[in-house]
Amino acid sequence: MNRYALWKYLIIAVSLLLGLLYTIPNFYGESPAVQISSLRVSANVDTALLQRVEDALKKASIETVGIFLEEGSIKARFTDTDIQIKAKDLLESTLGKEYIVALNLLPNSPQWLTNLGALPMYLGLDLRGGVHFMLEVDMEGALEKSLDRYSADIRSTLRENRIPYTGLEKQDKKLILKFRDTEARTKAEAELKSNYPDLGLIVKEADNRYHLIAAIKPEAQVRMQDSAVMQNITTLRNRVNELGVAEPIIQKAGADRVIVQLPGVQDTAKAKDILGRTATLEIRMVDDEHDLDAAIRGKIPFGTELYEERGGSPILVKKQVLLTGERITDAQPGFDKDNQPAVHINLDSNGSRIFKQLTRENVGRRMAILLIEKNQTEVVTAPVIREEIGGGRVQISGRMTSMEARDVALLLRAGALAAPMDIIEERTVGPSLGADNIARGFNSTLYGFFAVAIFIMIYYTAFGVISVIALSFNLLLLVGLLSIMQATLTLPGMAALALTVGMAIDANVLINERIRDELRAGVSPQLAIHAGYERAFGTILDSNITTLIAGIALFAFGSGPVKGFAVVLCLGILTSVFTATFVSRGMVNLMYGSRRRLDHIPIGKIWIPKHRLASDKAISHEEVEANEDTIASGKVIINEQKKVNIQSEAISPVEKIAETNNIVDDAKIRPDEKAIIKTKSKRKKSDVKQPKQQ
Amino acid sequence: MEFFRFNRDIPFMSWRRQGAVISLITFILSVFFIATKGLNLGVDFTGGTVLEVSYSQTADLGKIRSILVDLEMSDASVQNFGSSREVLIRLPIKPEVSTAQLSEIVLNALKQADSSVEMRRVEFVGPQVGAELLENGALALLFVSLGIVAYLAVRFEWKFGIAGIIANLHDVVIIVGCFAFFQWEFSLTVLAAVLAILGYSVNESVVIFDRIRENFRKHRRASITQVIDNAITQTMSRTIITHGSTQMVVIAMLLFGGEVLYYFSLALTIGILFGIYSSIMVGSSIIMLLGVKREDLVKLEKKPLENDGAVV
Repeated sequence: MNRYALWKYLIIAVSLLLGLLYTIPNFYGESPAVQISSLRVSANVDTALLQRVEDALKKASIETVGIFLEEGSIKARFTDTDIQIKAKDLLESTLGKEYIVALNLLPNSPQWLTNLGALPMYLGLDLRGGVHFMLEVDMEGALEKSLDRYSADIRSTLRENRIPYTGLEKQDKKLILKFRDTEARTKAEAELKSNYPDLGLIVKEADNRYHLIAAIKPEAQVRMQDSAVMQNITTLRNRVNELGVAEPIIQKAGADRVIVQLPGVQDTAKAKDILGRTATLEIRMVDDEHDLDAAIRGKIPFGTELYEERGGSPILVKKQVLLTGERITDAQPGFDKDNQPAVHINLDSNGSRIFKQLTRENVGRRMAILLIEKNQTEVVTAPVIREEIGGGRVQISGRMTSMEARDVALLLRAGALAAPMDIIEERTVGPSLGADNIARGFNSTLYGFFAVAIFIMIYYTAFGVISVIALSFNLLLLVGLLSIMQATLTLPGMAALALTVGMAIDANVLINERIRDELRAGVSPQLAIHAGYERAFGTILDSNITTLIAGIALFAFGSGPVKGFAVVLCLGILTSVFTATFVSRGMVNLMYGSRRRLDHIPIGKIWIPKHRLASDKAISHEEVEANEDTIASGKVIINEQKKVNIQSEAISPVEKIAETNNIVDDAKIRPDEKAIIKTKSKRKKSDVKQPKQQ
Repeated sequence: MEFFRFNRDIPFMSWRRQGAVISLITFILSVFFIATKGLNLGVDFTGGTVLEVSYSQTADLGKIRSILVDLEMSDASVQNFGSSREVLIRLPIKPEVSTAQLSEIVLNALKQADSSVEMRRVEFVGPQVGAELLENGALALLFVSLGIVAYLAVRFEWKFGIAGIIANLHDVVIIVGCFAFFQWEFSLTVLAAVLAILGYSVNESVVIFDRIRENFRKHRRASITQVIDNAITQTMSRTIITHGSTQMVVIAMLLFGGEVLYYFSLALTIGILFGIYSSIMVGSSIIMLLGVKREDLVKLEKKPLENDGAVV
């Protein structure tokens, strides 16, 4: 009965092995490293670059512990952070702007573990130090801005079509157009409908004026919001790259929010500055008349500025701004009619009108598109104007690869930041606090575990040891599972880990208490183990499911650190049910299951009440008299401090009730109870004999 | 070793009245303090900025306050945090200042006065986020409560569901009441602890309910009171040991977990202690009050109907 089939032991062994394997990497620690990845698609990270990095480091006699190329980036380990920072500075200056050189921490676990996919848990910002920002796209602002753009566009449309109107004003997110007669209004309505599909139009009469109310359709608003958030994410990614963060997380959260996490960033002021900066895009004319060489020497002609084109060549640009990025509605990479890589730019109607005029007047000359981000201006591209361009569809092509086209399109889109963003939540943790938090979480778990382990081992002796082994196995599995999932460990997560230890022991206590109960009731040890596990299981399941409900709710409604707590709590419940019922049973079966004669199980001294089952006595008043003699005879056998398996005849009240009711209640008694009852009655005789033998 | 040696059942149910009085008094007091004193809500819920800084020697709080007054932030609170070298500065939300930059301004000013200052932590929560977190917390509480009632109702009976959740909400109210009375900071992690307690201390009721059901099956002639008393007495040992073990871990957290886990473990401690009491006295009293019957749990097994199947 207390035997497991081989496959069950195999399951235990395999899970133990997996748990161990995936837990190990967490104990190797991490070493400081520098990570090099490309900033632009055009800059390749390959073995040639690896060689360059190696040479540069060798030349400066900076020693690495290991340098390798992995997943599109080069990683170099160093022995301490001083060398790491020195190496970063050196590599930044030798490799130039094309690459991101970032400080990072790399796990020290041996290669064979890494090959197996056994990686340490990812440490959350509160343990590692770093910055967490939540930004919200200001949709109100974006809406206002686009309404402004619409009102300008509508004005020019009406003017072009010679439709008379008396006024156009903006009122709570709507544009109100006023006309003198219905004829003009009907014409305007038709015109607007065909030109601006995103606007919903309503006709309204007021104060003898004929109004036409235009509002952005809800579905268009949603589309605007989505594209604004996506565009902002692209922009943020570009800016974060500039910070040199090894593993930044930039993701959409909800409809209008973006989460940015920069682990290990210490200069939070700079991070905030870069994230909050607004980029603008300007189109100006290139000044090719003046002497570029003179300008480089310092003699910059009046009304011009000297900038660098992407790729590094200097260029002289006029100060006058002809068009700003607000007029750009979209920029996509693609191909021109000769199948050459190109960038397609869409302008809004006002923008295309200006652009048409601009190109007509400047055929043959070069224009420059500048990206201006706080104190830093870069000429994204400077194409030659071949002909007059109308209709707002601009195509820039020639002298570029498809990768460059992609870069340029990205930068153009990024420059035209769709909507302003506000930081609505910030959590910054300094590196020293992060290290403290790790120690705190670790110590809490460790000391809590020891306290529980010692207590349980004293209280339940050998079964206590089994419980503690099961508990450590639980912890091992939990950490292993979290590592496999590559879950992010936070301080509340570590608290949940500690709490799991305290709560998981509950299942073991339930089982052990049940076994004691059975023994107390006079059941044989083997049966007691069986019944103890069997009966405790239902209770364990019930009590854990309620905690699981709480855990799931925390996960669903919690945010950030609370989510981490919930994940560990939920997983901890699952692993603890597994280890407490299945694994500890396996251990017990292995140790005691095969013994034919098991007189005693070491589960601590069991105390048997003087008045056996006072409760039962009270319960079955009618039978008290009948039982008097049995209890009396039981007294001979009751031996408080002696072996556990010494049974009292006094259990008989229960049995008797059961037996007398047998015929009536047969169906109601669970099969396992019946089995126990039968064995009990069989054993009774031998039990009575036993004390004499001893 | 065995701690608990009960020769006969402890007549818990005869102390029902006293239990009810104690529960009602603590409950009313808790509600009273929550209503009058209110909760000292953390920055997570109110919005605002919290800065934790550390100095190389004992921090001069007066000086820090005067620096803040110079910055026109006289409503900031400055206090030691953990040790005399660490300082916690709380700044309320100011609509006119670009909030995320606020911490930078303060840090720079502090750095100018004393270069040994080191930033440990900055938390800024916008007002809209705070309101959301509060709303989500309330939703989570509701979800957990309903989930537990539903589970207990399915697994046992609706009376048990009601009794279980009242017993546990009783604990929750008392934890929150303690936080209101002592004006301890109620943060997001404390809320997590409260919800964890809600799930955890229901265990207690579940274990006792399980026993009650079993006793109903086993002792057919016993009165309800006897059945419940017996169930509580029999699970007593397990209750104390389990809670004791959990409490040991929580004490480890209280001692070694630092300030962030301090209130978290404090909430757990109150929850665990009251959890024992409430599942014994409150939960079981309520099922009696609701008039639980043997038939509620021990369903008579349906005998196959005689005319089941094909009848000619």
